[in-house]
Amino acid sequence: MLFRTVRDLAGNSISDDVTYRFRDLLALEPLSADELTFLLDQSKLFQEIQRHPLKKLATLRGKTVTLAFFENSTRTRISFSTAASRLGADTMNLQAEASSLKKGESLLDTVYTLNAMKPDCLVMRHAASGAADFVARNLDIPVINAGDGTHEHPSQGLLDALTIRDRRGSIDNLKVTILGDIQHSRVARSNIHLLGKFGGQFTLCGPAMWVPRELEKIGPPGCVIRRVSRIEDGLEDADVILVLRVQTERMYEPTLSAEEYILLYQLNAERLRLANPNALILHPGPMNRGVEISPDVADGPQSCVLEQVTNGIAVRMALLFLLMSGATEGGENVLADEASGAPNASPEKKESTHAD
Amino acid sequence: MRIVEKSQLMSASEIDRTIQRLAHEIVEKSGGTKHLALIGVRRRGVPLAQRIAKAMRGIDGVEVPVGTLDITLYRDDLSKVASHAVLQSSDISFGVDNMDLVLVDDVLYTGRTIRAAMNGLFDLGRPKRVSLCVLIDRGHREMPIEAQYVGRSVQTSDTEIVEVRLREIDSEERVVLVDRVEP
Repeated sequence: MLFRTVRDLAGNSISDDVTYRFRDLLALEPLSADELTFLLDQSKLFQEIQRHPLKKLATLRGKTVTLAFFENSTRTRISFSTAASRLGADTMNLQAEASSLKKGESLLDTVYTLNAMKPDCLVMRHAASGAADFVARNLDIPVINAGDGTHEHPSQGLLDALTIRDRRGSIDNLKVTILGDIQHSRVARSNIHLLGKFGGQFTLCGPAMWVPRELEKIGPPGCVIRRVSRIEDGLEDADVILVLRVQTERMYEPTLSAEEYILLYQLNAERLRLANPNALILHPGPMNRGVEISPDVADGPQSCVLEQVTNGIAVRMALLFLLMSGATEGGENVLADEASGAPNASPEKKESTHAD
Repeated sequence: MRIVEKSQLMSASEIDRTIQRLAHEIVEKSGGTKHLALIGVRRRGVPLAQRIAKAMRGIDGVEVPVGTLDITLYRDDLSKVASHAVLQSSDISFGVDNMDLVLVDDVLYTGRTIRAAMNGLFDLGRPKRVSLCVLIDRGHREMPIEAQYVGRSVQTSDTEIVEVRLREIDSEERVVLVDRVEP
């Protein structure tokens, strides 16, 4: 793996800062705490632009971002699309229903076809875990995973962490409770892979068939994950409560009825009092108001859902900028080669006509 | 590729005296400092702008706000210099509308940095006027851009580099002319 440090024209390292060393963003699991902090810091810079009168930059002008959403999404797709447009890039849109997948085209052929139109970056969401990695191995352009099956949703993990960090000041040593169908949640996994590297401890709480024992081992080394089945036991002392949507489209067998779920697992004001007084409530959206979360809690002062959406644009702008500005030219596919590489001794020095 | 120092263009005391002079020039030519503000262009324009503002305080206690501008997002050569393009924050806490802005940078060379800086400023609003103050003007302009306030003009060749070293960023304080030489 090539590791680029920032150097001035003379080749002297001008920064001890970590820069992002991968060509793609497929998952948060392989990233170190330093790299995650770097991504959060870069995202922070893009929050500022959301407040400008003119929210459009020309940074990625002339570049094309292909949004290949093989699984339905409105918010994530619009979020990436807005992020690309604000950086000046053009977008190419593939939507699941209207696509030739219905005619039986394989994933790889679809992607080769899109790639033949020469985009500069592919943002993809797919129902199969590992799909983004599979595609990344077969393409030469940066790939951003916008959600693959139940595996990861890296940009969501980042925007959640950024939201928490903005509200609390830090993401260290958090006690995080995740409520709902964790078995099928890529959002939960990305959050565990990120916050777990900063001392986060997790309480997974939901109906037993959605919180299997294996989940206790999915965090980074040293990360404590426990499971509880009663929401009252799960909320005690929580700093952050991540409420997951009841995903009816993923359920193949009848589980709990809506009434039962509400009775046993809805986050309402009374139960919220069991958590720490300033506990933050996050929800990846869209919310089923009145199901997994009561309306007053969803709209209350501890709820961060709207900030999450705004931060989503900043995070996605940062990711598109980092991966498409050429800064990781020559980087390797992160999951293709886990062997650690020596730091790059002599990076190619490029001519610059800017004075600094 | 080795870097060879060819000559020292400015010593620490010369830098200091030049900054004092530039501060006086800016105050004099501005005709009223009420809407005046300095914008330091990252990286080394920032400490220079701060020092000029400090020097201005010494002139009748004139208080001029200082903002910082990172031009990474406005560069025209991002993919070529990506190995050293690190995005940093811009911080201009005052509005730019109707302000008399002075961009401050260490070296004026092709003019592309200043072109990018102006794009950045105009994304924030509509300044009344934008002028440019640089410590060193080394010629070789590729844009129709000039500095109104110049510390020193220096003749250079294309392979040479003018390095401004400031104590806030580098561990020394001087301006040197260096050349890139094959080892």
